[in-house]
Amino acid sequence: MESNGHAVSCHGVQKHYGEGETRIDALRGVDFSARFGELSFLVGPSGCGKTTLLCVIAGLLDRNEGDLTVLGQRPDDLSNSERVLFRRRNLGFVFQQYNLLPALTAAENVAVPLLAAEVPRKEALDRSKALLSRLGMEKRAGAFPTKLSGGQQQRVALARALVHEPRIIVCDEPTAALDHATGETVMDLLASNAVQPDRAVIVVTHDSRVFHHADSIARMDDGRIVEVTRAIGSFPPEVTEVAAPFHKEAAL
Amino acid sequence: MNFVALRMLTGDRAKYFGLVFAIAFCTFLLENQTSIFANILRRTASQILDVTDAEVWVMDPMTEYWDQTKALKDTDLTRVRGVSGVGWAVRLFKGNPVARTRSGRFAASFLIGLDDATLAGAPRKMILGSWERLREPDSVVIDKAGYVLLFPGEPLRLDRTLEMNDHMVRIVGISDASPPFASLPVMHTRYSEAVNFVGRERTQLSFLIARPVPGVTPQELTGRIQARTGLRARTTKEFMWDCVRYYLKNTGIPVNFGITITVALVVGTVVAGQTFYLFTVDNLKQFGALKAIGVTNLRLTGMILLQAFSVGALGFALGTGMAASFFELTLQKLATRHIVLMWQCVGITGACIFFVVIVASLLSIRRVLVLEPAAVFQG
Repeated sequence: MESNGHAVSCHGVQKHYGEGETRIDALRGVDFSARFGELSFLVGPSGCGKTTLLCVIAGLLDRNEGDLTVLGQRPDDLSNSERVLFRRRNLGFVFQQYNLLPALTAAENVAVPLLAAEVPRKEALDRSKALLSRLGMEKRAGAFPTKLSGGQQQRVALARALVHEPRIIVCDEPTAALDHATGETVMDLLASNAVQPDRAVIVVTHDSRVFHHADSIARMDDGRIVEVTRAIGSFPPEVTEVAAPFHKEAAL
Repeated sequence: MNFVALRMLTGDRAKYFGLVFAIAFCTFLLENQTSIFANILRRTASQILDVTDAEVWVMDPMTEYWDQTKALKDTDLTRVRGVSGVGWAVRLFKGNPVARTRSGRFAASFLIGLDDATLAGAPRKMILGSWERLREPDSVVIDKAGYVLLFPGEPLRLDRTLEMNDHMVRIVGISDASPPFASLPVMHTRYSEAVNFVGRERTQLSFLIARPVPGVTPQELTGRIQARTGLRARTTKEFMWDCVRYYLKNTGIPVNFGITITVALVVGTVVAGQTFYLFTVDNLKQFGALKAIGVTNLRLTGMILLQAFSVGALGFALGTGMAASFFELTLQKLATRHIVLMWQCVGITGACIFFVVIVASLLSIRRVLVLEPAAVFQG
């Protein structure tokens, strides 16, 4: 199934929007892989195609060209409804703007993926409360999102991404709306709770202050991966400086 | 996920109550206006429907509705009785004399003259006294509204007198006759008295009322009477609809009510439909997140339908309750007595609200189904 320890594997993936004069090439032949047990960062300037690549990997967008394998499964081999079920079972999402349902409490928000999978409501709420406790949110489980700080909302979002124990977690700019200290806390929680041997975590970010959490960093520019770094000292000078506390062992 | 759908619906209280009350007021307006319209039209045939003894009405061939009468010949009664299938047939007089009280108050009234021998067609719903006392000389039964009109502020009392075309008549009963279209007092007396009170013309016979023998339907009998006598014969129901059609065709009532009902329908439904649609549009980001998380389109469709039908059912129930309360209150007033919330109007309004809910749901569902879940990543 998942060959070479890769949860996600892309080769020559292309994605464009529009046609003719209005065509925009968002991905121009991307080669990228994310390993189990690792925190893989996709970094780069705004508009370089990071989020588009994340959406293609998550099955939210169809690619136009190239090969893509997610958990050993080619999305092309799945029908639309099978893709939705595949996503529900195997992927967890953390969004930049949290996207919590304002009418639900923190615990209920966390329970949504379980409810979508027809898990009984009580069991879903019990599991979500237990997870919120692990993330230090036990006292805020009954609070509505509007009563939570940005960091707390992102922790709830993180719990929602973890609660159904997916094999892949995709995070889109999880710290972009947070101050540095809160962003650090969220990334610490992500690293300590999400990263497991049988799970891959892909984080899209341009927040260089959190790069030190990464096991690998794929730098994108103009729709392509231009550099993949897996060890201290491999970053270009301006990145290396920010990533100085990077302490994970080099995989290569 | 039903719980999530309902919480999404009720989460924003302002929008939720706006939606419920938009549907409630639309329901109230539609049920209110259609019921009043139907009841007013029904009033055009009140005196026909009040005659429960007979099932067939016979009249001049050119008669179109209750208020338009041309007297029949006395021999027509015999001719109608001679038609096979007629169980019995009796005369019925309708006139519009002016009734005056001792204090000088007066009002034009409907005077209905009943067959002297049988009193067929007498009002069955009596508030005071008895219709059988109509056998007494110079006696009338007056409806309660007419009594209140002629004796305002005075208690209901029998044996009071009225002057009618130089005749002193005595009130021997107060009935609960259905209100006529023109809100005039309705009086019943014997045929011989009625023609006396109104004044003699060469012929006085307004209508014949009849009942078929067992085994013959009213429809069959009307056909036979028309064929044998050349007179117009209608069943009670047909005659009622003749009156309703006449007023629909020859008065401005349907136009006035039509405008009100149309405005209520368009404004109410558009507001309710648009509010629900905007509710969905405002929540698109949430629906996008649910799509990304893996909630199927079928489940999302179910959630939207649940939201729409919940709010539709609640708004409809509230609106119907408001309409029922309104009619319960106005039912006590003399001018609006007998105007009730008709179940047919509730049904039609329910169908309208159902239609609005379906259309708003379909538009909302379409919007959610075409939504790219990737849109949720756009900050």
